[in-house]
Amino acid sequence: MSTVISGALAKGRARDLAPAVKSIFIEGFEWFGEIGIFCARVVRAAVAPPYEVGELVRQCDAIGAKSLSLVALAGAATGVVLSLQTHDALTRFGAKSLLPAVIVFSIIKESGPVITGLVVAGRVGAGIGAELGSMKVTEQIDAMEASAVDPYKFLAATRVLACVLMLPLLTLAADFSGLVMGWLANALADPISFRLFIENGFKNVLFSDFIPPTFKTTIFGFIIGVVACFQGMRTKGGTEGVGRSATSSVVLSSLFVILADVVLVRLIQMLWG
Amino acid sequence: MDQKSGVAPIVIDNLHKKFGDQTVLNGISLHVERGETVAVLGRSGTGKSVLLKLIIGLQPADSGTVTIEGQQVTGLDVNQLNEVRKSVGFLFQQAALYDSLTVEENVAFPLNRHSTMSDADRKKRVRELLGSVGMDQDLEKMPSEISGGMQKRVGLARALALDPEILLFDEPTAGLDPITAAEIGKLILELKQKRKMTAIVVTHDIRGAKVFSDRMILIHEGNILAEGPLADLQKSKHPFVIQFLKESS
Repeated sequence: MSTVISGALAKGRARDLAPAVKSIFIEGFEWFGEIGIFCARVVRAAVAPPYEVGELVRQCDAIGAKSLSLVALAGAATGVVLSLQTHDALTRFGAKSLLPAVIVFSIIKESGPVITGLVVAGRVGAGIGAELGSMKVTEQIDAMEASAVDPYKFLAATRVLACVLMLPLLTLAADFSGLVMGWLANALADPISFRLFIENGFKNVLFSDFIPPTFKTTIFGFIIGVVACFQGMRTKGGTEGVGRSATSSVVLSSLFVILADVVLVRLIQMLWG
Repeated sequence: MDQKSGVAPIVIDNLHKKFGDQTVLNGISLHVERGETVAVLGRSGTGKSVLLKLIIGLQPADSGTVTIEGQQVTGLDVNQLNEVRKSVGFLFQQAALYDSLTVEENVAFPLNRHSTMSDADRKKRVRELLGSVGMDQDLEKMPSEISGGMQKRVGLARALALDPEILLFDEPTAGLDPITAAEIGKLILELKQKRKMTAIVVTHDIRGAKVFSDRMILIHEGNILAEGPLADLQKSKHPFVIQFLKESS
């Protein structure tokens, strides 16, 4: 009897669940479709003159210069942790001399770019999502359109382009601070000059180890800019909606940065070995 | 009817708009003659603000047409629409000033993008515009540092920046004290008298509308229920018109 009841309940639950799952799938497809159209509109707006150079410079400052300290700090922390963790492990296997190379490879190939992407997704994604969301609910975006100014060009294209341009530069800052702090943490345990640390670390590094991982962050920048602008510009529902847009901008852009990294790492390996 | 071009500046024909299952506008038609100010009345949520947004293409109409200065707005691409928008000023309900720009920069925003003026001329024009709404002492203030009434004045100056032929006002006196509301009403009247502008004013303020409008339309259930000067509306025998005017007075 109990089996029959639980079976019926399970059937009922499945019946209730089916429309919900279907609706999630449909909403997901709709979201991808809409962001695809949004992307096309932003790219078209970005390449067509007149160019909003002043606004682009302002956004480069807001996204790049103002994220620099945070990114450098995150890079430094990563360098220290890497140094402390690998020092013990390499000492145990008698490969302590490889420590500089391990830190350099780890930071320039993966930790630096990914940490930069995630930190910028958090700081800039939330900022853009909240700012554009607030502009949307207070009709500032409508006012811009009413003034015959294309918000896709003035607001979205400038922010996306600034993210694309600033991410590689911020990655360099993260790499540099990571290496310096990695050396410092290592030098406290085993004194070694910075010059020797860098020479040992970069001895086997090729340009193909450095350039593709650094420039893959332009893709991270594009993802962060597009997702945050899209979420911001489709905000509905007052201040609560602004909060939702800021949160979803951070969550989705961080998620897509990580997913893109998986694809890009494999792609870089295939192209540059 | 305009003598030069032979067309009214704003012609709305059989306009429909739905949001989901809710019909907001159900075949509205309206002609606004040159220099005429039309007040749009109606209960909240009856699509008055939506009507203004449809006129300049901020939202797409489901069907029907809007023609501005002889150019059909519905169906235009963004670039063509922007050309039309340059001849239309829009004052939003909450003024919609850009948070990150000062009062002066807000008014200069459309000029920076669409005028070929020199920097000095542009600055002079911004000061003139702000002077015309009594806001030339607060150029460097941010929108958050000025009152709602002052924001509306700055919004009006910004709407006038490109010297438009047509002005659309979305509840220009909403949320203002009676004195400030009267001042805004007076500014609209001045614009009508001095610049001979064509305007549509969405408002709940019948007393103000009586002063600055030539004609009123009352929207109910997606259609124009009554139309004409206030005196004509007061003669209506329709129970909703009677109730609306009674409750508004």
